[in-house]
Amino acid sequence: MSLDKATVAKVANLARIKVEEKDLEPMAAELNNILGWIEQLGEVDTETTMPMTSVADMKLRWRADEVTDGGYAEEVVANAPSSEDNFFAVPKVIE
Amino acid sequence: MSDLTKLTIAAARDGLAAGDFSSRELTAAHITAMEAAEPLNAFITKTPEKAVEAATDSDTRRGKGEAGKMDGIPIAIKDLYCTKDVLTTAASHILDGFTPKYESTVTANLWAEGAVMLGKANLDEFAMGSSNETSFYGNVANPWRREGDNRMLVPGGSSGGSASSVASFSAMGATGTDTGGSIRQPASFTGIVGMKPTYGRCSRWGVVAFASSLDQAGPMTRTVRDSAIMLEAMAGFDPKDSTSVDLTVPNFEAALTGDIRGMKIGIPNEYRLDGINPEINALWEKGIDWMKSAGAEIVDISLPHTKYALPAYYIIAPAEASSNLARYDGVKYGLRVEGEDLNDMYASTRAEGFGAEVKRRLLIGTYALSAGYYDAYYLKAQKVRTKISDDFKEAFKQVDAILTPTAPSAAFAYGEKGDDPLEMYLNDVFTVPASLAGLPGISVPAGLSEEGLPLGLQILAKPFDEETVFKAAGVLEEAAAFAATPADWWRG
Repeated sequence: MSLDKATVAKVANLARIKVEEKDLEPMAAELNNILGWIEQLGEVDTETTMPMTSVADMKLRWRADEVTDGGYAEEVVANAPSSEDNFFAVPKVIE
Repeated sequence: MSDLTKLTIAAARDGLAAGDFSSRELTAAHITAMEAAEPLNAFITKTPEKAVEAATDSDTRRGKGEAGKMDGIPIAIKDLYCTKDVLTTAASHILDGFTPKYESTVTANLWAEGAVMLGKANLDEFAMGSSNETSFYGNVANPWRREGDNRMLVPGGSSGGSASSVASFSAMGATGTDTGGSIRQPASFTGIVGMKPTYGRCSRWGVVAFASSLDQAGPMTRTVRDSAIMLEAMAGFDPKDSTSVDLTVPNFEAALTGDIRGMKIGIPNEYRLDGINPEINALWEKGIDWMKSAGAEIVDISLPHTKYALPAYYIIAPAEASSNLARYDGVKYGLRVEGEDLNDMYASTRAEGFGAEVKRRLLIGTYALSAGYYDAYYLKAQKVRTKISDDFKEAFKQVDAILTPTAPSAAFAYGEKGDDPLEMYLNDVFTVPASLAGLPGISVPAGLSEEGLPLGLQILAKPFDEETVFKAAGVLEEAAAFAATPADWWRG
């Protein structure tokens, strides 16, 4: 598997990172270098291996479904670059 | 009064208890040292006023007989831990001005035990790096330099500022975080002790997330005993972290018995790498001899999938990072770069806010998780991760602990590793396998390279058996008798 320019552009869009047209080619080369090295994982026989889903041998805990936090909207938006009336403000989305 | 900054945490604790000096005096000495060490760039934010205030409170508490385990001890906090009303940056431009309204659980635990914060330590951006060269706030310098060579060396990473502050006697200890070696490798590069506890031992709540299935908080100190004291203050069950484990925190210091007679210590054959600097292997051999002399039984073991740990890590960590770092969108906190529309604002903010290494990993991670490639990369890597974890489980049927080198080299100079990211990734070759398996591990300074730079050895044990790690590390420390300190050139 090798990344071409168009795939890098697509992935950059999925990651919401603007990449200049002139940077796509060098970035593809860089990523291919890393992915090429990762290809060696193919040597490992994992036919009957389960993927790891939990690092420690434990089940996720259950807890009562109740409110344990909240009621301070002004603190939640305190670091927002733009907010109004305790709402996050973003550029207009719907015309 | 003798130089208070040269004390260990254990000695300072005893001195404070005996009334030999106050926390105000101890803290003032460290603030002076921290200011003098400015050329190291170990701190992103210094909080001397808060430190004096906390020290004064500590002295008052002590007067009332209410002192905690770390009471009055001045420490640095890696700037990845959210600290209430104190700028928290993750060394990234994208978190410009972020001042949390909450405190991470680990730092809250430390303050509850009376510790005093000197400031927020520099790091690789979002903890992604092995040399502290990716910080938006500039490189951190290693206090150590090669003999007869004035070039600045890297302190390792990602907890480079934490390591540098402790090694330069600016802080008595520091918090670090370790995802693939970010505590242990910088500890090795700066001649200090770095401990990564078992995954689940310390709460991740309030620590800026990089790769959630790997990230663990841990202490960086100058001695093994200090490491045990500090970890005990940091650790503990936290219902706010779903992977925090509900286990009693043992008295880690009590594990330092100095007695490892009969302990079985494994030496993994696969860690003998071709082409590695022979002095790394020579130090390892010395370590083996020390443990043997102390009465341990040395056992050759095999961890057959070791060579696949790094490539698996470089799928898993970036994949988790691409998901975790999706939150930086110019809306909730930090930097915003305006664009033509909402999508353009996201993409422009992230283009300007993230550095090159972070972008590289986000793109790899996004690609590995994208439709059509998920099975080939992410699922495959998680299966290989199971194999690596099984290797360790098998080994721990035969041994109590494992001894390895911490890093494949001593500290290197800025830019010396060239432009190939893969070359940098290889720094973590000895630390990543234990991270993937969630095991506790420690790096102990064990000797000097031919160039006069510190080198560490690593001890690993079974999950939640930090006591064995500390016990073996204590013996290793005593045998190595590492007493070298860097010349304080930064004082000018």
